[in-house]
Amino acid sequence: MKLRKLAKMAIENRIEHSFVIKGKDFGNAGNVSTKIKDLLKEIGIPPSIIRRVAIATYEAEMNVVMYANHGTLNFALTPQKIEIVVDDRGPGIEDIELAMQEGYSTATEEMREMGFGAGMGLPNIKKNSDEFEITSEVNKGTKLRIVIYLDSKNE
Amino acid sequence: MKLKEIVEKLNLTIIAGKEKLENEVTGGYASDLLSDVIANSKEGNLWLTLQTHQNIIAVATLKELAGIVIVNNREPDEETVRKAEQEKIPLLGSKLTAFELAGKLYELGIKG
Repeated sequence: MKLRKLAKMAIENRIEHSFVIKGKDFGNAGNVSTKIKDLLKEIGIPPSIIRRVAIATYEAEMNVVMYANHGTLNFALTPQKIEIVVDDRGPGIEDIELAMQEGYSTATEEMREMGFGAGMGLPNIKKNSDEFEITSEVNKGTKLRIVIYLDSKNE
Repeated sequence: MKLKEIVEKLNLTIIAGKEKLENEVTGGYASDLLSDVIANSKEGNLWLTLQTHQNIIAVATLKELAGIVIVNNREPDEETVRKAEQEKIPLLGSKLTAFELAGKLYELGIKG
């Protein structure tokens, strides 16, 4: 990262970074979530917050890997909150209400055998977020916005 | 209890990550659903699973688990072993089923 960019972030009290997630790339799946967790740990964010961020980012990352062609994860940390926006190009979700139901999944048999597709991804993201928004367009993609407050009581 | 001690007492095979056998094991978790492990396992847990693919290493890395035991005499994929070495995650094997192994761990004092 360029020094000037770092200085700007320090003045604005905001750390942000954009990560690329490749669809079907199971070999690197989980790397983005681990990088974010390591960063939060280094900064000294409380473990209870890191735990929730790790669950939410992992599930969001895996959804891009499993279903989409390509995605980005934008991460921003301010003194008040962590905001994560995951935007993918992929099949989209036809019925969001259904997709949010615990146990519902469109995963293939092969993915299920690998222990994915339990229908816990989106519900777990929501459970661990203080703010959660999902929008989707069929054949275009899905966008998630996840906010976790640093002083939140939601454990 | 240190992972090394558990490996010796329960006769586990060391497949990868032998430099991390000094890891302290705080408890155990048995599951084959990755979302479940991500949501409910705790740092320092020993994870019992029959999954053998490389994504178990990413889960263990993210959750900072003490190690993974592949049960039922199953063999991990080559990629899984390579990743475990790279991420320094102890990857172990057992002939026992998850149920039997969890019972033995419980007897050793390793609880949930």
